[in-house]
Amino acid sequence: MTSISEDSDKEKVRSVSVDLNNDASLVIDIPDALCERDKVKFTIHIKTTLSSFQKSEFSVPRQHEDFIWLHDTIVETEEYAGLIIPPAPPKPDFEGPREKMHKLGEGESSMTKEEYAKMKQELEAEYLAVFKKTVQVHEVFLQRLSSHPMFRKDRNFQIFLEYDQDLTVRRKNAKEMFGGFFKNMVKSADEVLISGVKEVDEFFEQEKIFLLDYSSKIKDATAKAEKMTRSHKNVADDYNHISGAMNSIAADNNTAFKKHLEKCAEVFEKLRKLEDRVASDQELKLTELLRYYTRDIQAAKDLLYRRARALADYENSNKTLDKARLKGKDIAQAEENQKQCLRKFDKLSESGKKELTSFKARRVVAFRKNLIEMTELEIKHAKNSMSLLQGSIEILNSN
Amino acid sequence: MLLMECVLHLYVSTVELSLDSPLNDRKKKDAVKPSLSAPAASVASSSSKAPSKTLEELEEEESEDKFDLNISVTNPEKVGDGMNAYMAYKVSTQTSLTMFRSKTFTVRRRFSDFLGLYEKLSEKHSQNGYIVPPPPEKSILGMTKVKVGKEDPSSAEFVERRRAALERYLQRVVSHPSLLQDPDVREFLEKEELPRAVSTQALSGAGFLKMLNKATDAVSKMTIKMNEQDVWFDEKIQDVENEEQHMRKLHVMVESLVNHRKELSGNTAVFAKSVAMLGSSEDNTALSRALSQLAEVEDRIEQLHQEQASNDFFTFSELLADYIRLLGAVKGCFDQRMKAWQRWQDAENMLQKKREAEAKLLWANKPDKLQQAKDEIAEWEAKVTQYEREFERISATVRKEVIRFDKEKARDFKRQIVKYLESLLNSQQQLIKYWEAFLPEAKAIA
Repeated sequence: MTSISEDSDKEKVRSVSVDLNNDASLVIDIPDALCERDKVKFTIHIKTTLSSFQKSEFSVPRQHEDFIWLHDTIVETEEYAGLIIPPAPPKPDFEGPREKMHKLGEGESSMTKEEYAKMKQELEAEYLAVFKKTVQVHEVFLQRLSSHPMFRKDRNFQIFLEYDQDLTVRRKNAKEMFGGFFKNMVKSADEVLISGVKEVDEFFEQEKIFLLDYSSKIKDATAKAEKMTRSHKNVADDYNHISGAMNSIAADNNTAFKKHLEKCAEVFEKLRKLEDRVASDQELKLTELLRYYTRDIQAAKDLLYRRARALADYENSNKTLDKARLKGKDIAQAEENQKQCLRKFDKLSESGKKELTSFKARRVVAFRKNLIEMTELEIKHAKNSMSLLQGSIEILNSN
Repeated sequence: MLLMECVLHLYVSTVELSLDSPLNDRKKKDAVKPSLSAPAASVASSSSKAPSKTLEELEEEESEDKFDLNISVTNPEKVGDGMNAYMAYKVSTQTSLTMFRSKTFTVRRRFSDFLGLYEKLSEKHSQNGYIVPPPPEKSILGMTKVKVGKEDPSSAEFVERRRAALERYLQRVVSHPSLLQDPDVREFLEKEELPRAVSTQALSGAGFLKMLNKATDAVSKMTIKMNEQDVWFDEKIQDVENEEQHMRKLHVMVESLVNHRKELSGNTAVFAKSVAMLGSSEDNTALSRALSQLAEVEDRIEQLHQEQASNDFFTFSELLADYIRLLGAVKGCFDQRMKAWQRWQDAENMLQKKREAEAKLLWANKPDKLQQAKDEIAEWEAKVTQYEREFERISATVRKEVIRFDKEKARDFKRQIVKYLESLLNSQQQLIKYWEAFLPEAKAIA
């Protein structure tokens, strides 16, 4: 069982999507999370001035599945078809640390006490990193909802925040009700459909071109960033092992040689911590940023898809109307249908334009914030490394 | 006669062995006196009794060494074509020592020349308990790539690795005060053309013979059980074995670091390209600019990682590889000491047998064979004394060599560790520069 309480790192770990807690009328954050075997329990903390809530400050425990339920109900709500739906947080992935823990358990007898201690350290660091990531991404999801004028009023969102009991029962009911009927409507953007649609609106034409291109580029950048971060972690692990091995040699030795080795082992131990921080900060600020926006771009594409579908429906309704006029039958019905389709399409276009515009702004601000934070952290860690190394070199030289 | 020479070698003062006398060249070929340092320094330290000088005093003498001799191995050049091609290296020496003909000189040597030097030194000095530094390993794969003419980075790396290793090898040889006196070393550094060292060819007859000898050595090591009088040797050999094991482990980890750092470098470069693409696709101008700046920063960082990987390798990993080989050489001289002990014991046994034979003859009253028996006894008595003295001498040498080795090792490691940490420091300083330059770009996003 592990839990994290983010203290001094509170500011740093926050959202890839920025300024989401600006509105004091509804402030949400996740101050704590508990990991029990396979399940993660997030503690959602809410502060609100809205009268729709019973209390002004309270906390509630939620599981990852509850978030998914909330996301799905929102996606399946027809009313929100013209909005970019905040992407669902990915499932907490403790596979990496779990594997390590397994290896640790198996190899315990064959390892030296030091090797064991080092592996345990690595394991803890990895757990912590996964924790930070998953808390961040779940938090952002809720904050996106709370800061959006329409989503924050959503009934299910309120239930999610307030319902003081387990949501499991509700989740089951919801599944039965919707049963995936709308799933087809909102499945991932069909690129062919989008690109095939004849676009009259210049704004949407530009957006389409941009999103399709950007989407593949950001997916690629995310994958490459992941590989780079992984390599950083490997280097940090190597520093760890080297430190342990040097201590082994030093233990069996005496005189000057021993002192040099011990000092060097100490340096590697500290360097490892720093390199680890570099890797995990890079992951949180850069890789996670790219990952998040890959998903968000997907959500934007989904909006385009829904609009394209509405356009297709509208065009079909025109054809039906023409046919009806020709046959002289069911004209009124066809006219009504056509009016509705047009209304829906216009509504989607209007809100879609707003959403996509604010999405742009949001994206730029988020990139700015995270790039600045990442750079400042890199500088901080490099400076720490520098003073560590300078100090150690001095000590070694003076011996 | 043999006995007299031995006594002379043990007790003679260092003054006698001044370097340019041809008489001494010959003497040196047999057994080099252990406590030699720079020629001028040792006049005062004559002694007419053997162990009157403590080991510490001998050590101090050596640390006052400041012989001025710089060697560098440079300019690897491919000579010839196809499978008969080889790399020739420039070996340049700079010195003020009078044993050499001039102050600076250069020769060209190939890898087998270095191996040849090692063979000669090893033949002469290993048996006396000296730690003869081992040369870098042969690599048929590495050399084949070079011969075939592959101009790729891995063969350039191989050549650089070998060049650096050969340089370190020579530096170790000449920093050994006794080996420096060996004329083969001087010849290697000075002589224009060296006869081609044949016995080092991988698949030659001589090479095969050597392999066999090594094998029999290994077998006999297992069967010799020495009755150790001096517990120092027991403890020391154990220490050496432990250290070698630990160092091998450490070496593996440093190699892992080298590989991961190279991977990091590669992945950073790939990422940089990807970010550049993303930047060109970004429709916000300021963000687009910042992303392409980020790509440039990452490109520079990739360079840093590459350089660091090189440092990881040459400053750290190769140091460990060298010492793993050196520890093998140290174990070798403990083996030589054991062999010397065995020789002595065998001689004792033989002497015993001869005495028993004499007694039998006396009892059986065969006077004619008696004289022969007495002669044989005298012969073996002399051998026993000689081998015992040799054993004591080799023990003293091994002891001194190990102490010297430990000091060198501490110095070497300290120097290299500091150098390595300095390379890491330099990397970090560069990183700070790059990121500080990028920060305003990130802030300029609007």
